[in-house]
Amino acid sequence: MTQVSMTVNGKAVSGDVEGRTLLSSFLRDHLALTGTHVGCDTAQCGACVVHVNGEAVKSCNMLALEAEGAEVGTIEGQAAEDGTLNTIQQAFQDHHGLQCGFCTPGMVMSAAALLKENPRPSEAEIRKYLEGNLCRCTGYHNIVKAIMAASGQDVTSIAAE
Amino acid sequence: MYSFEFEKPSTIADAVAALGGEDAQALGGGQTLIPTLKQRLAAPTKLVSVSGIAEMKGVCVEDDGSVAIGGATTHATVAREAAGSYPALAALAGQIGDPAVRNRGTIGGSIANNDPAACYPAAVLGSGATIVTNARQIAADDFFEGMFGTALDEGEIITSVRFPVPQAASYQKFLQPASRFALVGAYVARFASGVRVAITGASEDGVFRWSEAEAALDKEFRPDALMGLKINPMNMIGDLHGSKDYRAHLVSVMTKRAVEACM
Ligand SMILES: Cc1cc2nc3c(=O)[nH]c(=O)nc-3n(C[C@H](O)[C@H](O)[C@H](O)COP(=O)(O)OP(=O)(O)OC[C@H]3O[C@@H](n4cnc5c(N)ncnc54)[C@H](O)[C@@H]3O)c2cc1C
Ligand code: FES
Ligand code: FES
Repeated sequence: MTQVSMTVNGKAVSGDVEGRTLLSSFLRDHLALTGTHVGCDTAQCGACVVHVNGEAVKSCNMLALEAEGAEVGTIEGQAAEDGTLNTIQQAFQDHHGLQCGFCTPGMVMSAAALLKENPRPSEAEIRKYLEGNLCRCTGYHNIVKAIMAASGQDVTSIAAE
Repeated sequence: MYSFEFEKPSTIADAVAALGGEDAQALGGGQTLIPTLKQRLAAPTKLVSVSGIAEMKGVCVEDDGSVAIGGATTHATVAREAAGSYPALAALAGQIGDPAVRNRGTIGGSIANNDPAACYPAAVLGSGATIVTNARQIAADDFFEGMFGTALDEGEIITSVRFPVPQAASYQKFLQPASRFALVGAYVARFASGVRVAITGASEDGVFRWSEAEAALDKEFRPDALMGLKINPMNMIGDLHGSKDYRAHLVSVMTKRAVEACM
């Protein structure tokens, strides 16, 4: 066992992990931050996306020890302390950007990374950016709509194809 | 995953020393290696991460105009930082997988792995790049040794890759939408000294140079120069995503598109 320390959603945390402990397991099993979902565990679905030093990564495909000293952001850190949803989360709710909600933590974290890089993405840019986030319920249209809305853009033109 | 020890040195020398132990293996971005370990297809006793080695990261333009990329540089960094110095290479890096994969996966890991459907091997071979390791320099033509095979010795690390910059180049990837790798990808690079064409995704032997196309394009650099040129489907990969004939056909189509994009 090795001690690992990092900052998660602004709080300093540490724990004893094995070499093979994944970042997703550290978050879920050691810190009980179960908002980060594990869908495929093979780097395909993006449900486990978190931010490491501001960049979106699949936490099922990164060792916890690789995040030593890093600033990690998870879905639990998105809403305000009192539970008020942030702009992206609120837009997902307003535009029905989720059904079962399993993919949603990863979608929201990817969307946040996208909007930081590109504050007013086009519809095509959003779809391209979400290539690594799979949703089996929504058909994506409302997710795209929510992200357009969260970036302050008009969404009336995005009809279901 | 079987259990293993983890080390994260901060210099190349320390990484080489750590890799000296039996069954130690380098860890780049882990985007291929971690899934492999999960499937228990590999059982290293120690992983040596190269992600903390500053001297193996970044993109720079050398005095002779070539572009050198540190072996632990992520695809996302190459997509951003090589956009000015070698646009075709940056564009290729920006098409690998998805954003989260690009934020972790590295050029060294991709080339060391030599997946038959990977993108970087096409750029490395198509550009005639030089692979620099802790021990020596290897020409791209001598580096790739068939599917998943390379000239690397046990414990040898790719510290950087040096790309001569062509007059024009383009990578055309026919996406395999489920894996997001290339079903077939063609990299065409036009140098004053001649044209190089490298094909990935297609052959049972991994990435290869299509010499007939190079000869035709040397005579006349335009898409029509490839008219009637066909690759033998015998050695092509045939699987549920595409038959041998289909892949052989795609090789011609994607090469032609790459030439068009160079015009
Ligand atoms: C969902 C998904 C989609 C993908 N899509 C594509 C795609 O479209 N095109 C594409 O080309 N690839 C794709 N990949 C693969 C991705 O590019 C990987 O990042 C890459 O193949 C391996 O790089 P890595 O840094 O992650 O290496 P790792 O997984 O850490 O290592 C891979 C191998 O290289 C060795 N190694 C690592 N670094 C070095 C080094 N510096 N020197 C020597 N040996 C080293 C390791 O020991 C291991 O054997 C995809 C991966 C995923 C998960
Ligand atoms: S759980 Fe990590 S990508 Fe699916
Ligand atoms: S809402 Fe169910 S998987 Fe996306």
